[in-house]
Amino acid sequence: MAAQTELSVRPQPTPAKRDALRPRFSWLTDRWLSFIFVIPTFVILLFIAIYPLIWSLNASFTNRTLLSRPDQIEYVGGANYAEMLTNERAWERFVVTGRIVVPSIAIELVLGFLIAMLLSGQFGGRSVIMTLMLIPMMLSPVVVALFWRFMMQGDGVLNYYISDVFGLAPVLWLSDRNVLPWAVILVDVWMWTPFMMLISLAGLTAVPKYLYEAAEVDRAGAWFRFRNITLPIVSPLLLIGVIFRTMDAYKMIDTIFVLVGDRGGTGRAAQTAGLYVYDLAFKNFETGVGSAYGYIMLIVIMALANLLIRQLNSLKG
Amino acid sequence: MKTLRQVAFWLALGIVFLFFTFPLYWILISSFKTRADIVSTVPSYIPFVQFQPTLANYSDVFITRSTSTGEGSTVTASADVSRFRDRLINSVIITGASTTLAVVVGTLTAYAVSRFRIPLESDFMFFVLSTRMLPPIVVLIPIFVLFTNLGLRDSYFGLIILYTAFNLPFVVWIMKGFFDEIPAEYEDAAMVDGYSRFQAIYKIVLPEALPAMAATAVFSIIVSWNEFVLANFLNRDAAATVPPFLNSIIGVGAVEWGRLAAASVVYVLPVVIFTFLVRNHLLRGVTFGAVRR
Repeated sequence: MAAQTELSVRPQPTPAKRDALRPRFSWLTDRWLSFIFVIPTFVILLFIAIYPLIWSLNASFTNRTLLSRPDQIEYVGGANYAEMLTNERAWERFVVTGRIVVPSIAIELVLGFLIAMLLSGQFGGRSVIMTLMLIPMMLSPVVVALFWRFMMQGDGVLNYYISDVFGLAPVLWLSDRNVLPWAVILVDVWMWTPFMMLISLAGLTAVPKYLYEAAEVDRAGAWFRFRNITLPIVSPLLLIGVIFRTMDAYKMIDTIFVLVGDRGGTGRAAQTAGLYVYDLAFKNFETGVGSAYGYIMLIVIMALANLLIRQLNSLKG
Repeated sequence: MKTLRQVAFWLALGIVFLFFTFPLYWILISSFKTRADIVSTVPSYIPFVQFQPTLANYSDVFITRSTSTGEGSTVTASADVSRFRDRLINSVIITGASTTLAVVVGTLTAYAVSRFRIPLESDFMFFVLSTRMLPPIVVLIPIFVLFTNLGLRDSYFGLIILYTAFNLPFVVWIMKGFFDEIPAEYEDAAMVDGYSRFQAIYKIVLPEALPAMAATAVFSIIVSWNEFVLANFLNRDAAATVPPFLNSIIGVGAVEWGRLAAASVVYVLPVVIFTFLVRNHLLRGVTFGAVRR
């Protein structure tokens, strides 16, 4: 009651002023706005991500090829999955993927961390030096693979150093099936070590100085300080880095595609699971089988991501 | 002892720095070399001292048809190289449009999720993120068939909508993190003063959000600019972008590394500039806002 009387006592605005005060677009209530703001994202993602997933799932149970007419498509049950799970070649592709992804990430992690330790102090030109070193991870994988293909050629600059300067036998980076996976690893390490470095650096700067000072007072050794102060604070961040890199490296096909060709080079030595999907679906036109293999890939990465994220939560908690 | 440590530090830093920057330098100087200097068995590093730099590769790449007479190159290769300019324009159009769309749509969604009560909010955010984890090759099969049926292959619109979808999760996550940090009281105060929600967003929130939107846009630009897998299979002719084009010219006859280097340098230059512009936000950008400093 009191509030109402108070209101009525207030001077009434003149008509013109009242008009200015009336909010424009007042019919756009929060409810409407939230709807209007969220729907476009939802629709686009539904169209580009969810619809294809459902389509693939359906196709993975059919004999569909890239060229088949609608009336030729038949459901074949789990035959595509059975074929892929019993096909030795299909499993080999996962082994090849692992042989490239695991060493790449291990090297990037260790090297990135060491470089971060090197860069954690203050010195002249630090910002510029760091930014220049971060450029590789921002570049297109295609361009990176081209750079390295140029340098790894039989008579490229890399072999000039190996044979003419150090007197060793030239390395057939891109054609020897035993070396080829390592060429891919080297390119991946060049491109993504900066990422691990960046993330390690964030971890290192997050370690409170007083902890080190306290350890100094207690005359703790360098290893002790590293093991008991640095590592526990940095490791959750490093794990986040590993998760990002695993998801990315697992599905990476562009670098290999450009570096050694769409079949993964000599003897398919670098044909990863992703490239195998491409081979099945676009070179052999087997849409159904390719979709089934794609789904197997998807299940593997979801399981892996789950494992890593669980690990992360236990580290944080 | 102290000087010894200093020496060791700079030596280690020098080696690391060389490893990461030498390939960049090598491509840069190769783009200014003649064919003879490139295939020379002894590499040369210093322009004007060890070799005479030339702009021929750049003019070959940019000026149509001037290449067919030069240096005995095959006709097909030179015809391919001369399309670089068109591909570059395609890349600019597709990157520009998809980034604009992703940033505008994503920012609005991020604002709504941050400020309004959205049913199943955390599920929605996880859904948004999960779409980014899909291997592109798996999505490519259905998209290829769908785009063929809709006539979207080799069109600007097809790739633009794909790249928009590709960048949306990123924009939504980063911008939501940003809006969560701006106190809602600003808008509330404005609305008490008579602004509608719409006006409050336009006049209060937007100016505040612009720097973050710009940084987010830079990351979207880089992702779209660099994308290869989808572009390579969907847009092969009129609307093809640069990454598949660069890959396709190696396939044709003897590789003209000088021209390829020149094209790569032109293509990479904006990315390098952008990297310097966003260098303080890099970490947040590449981890979807999971790691902040």
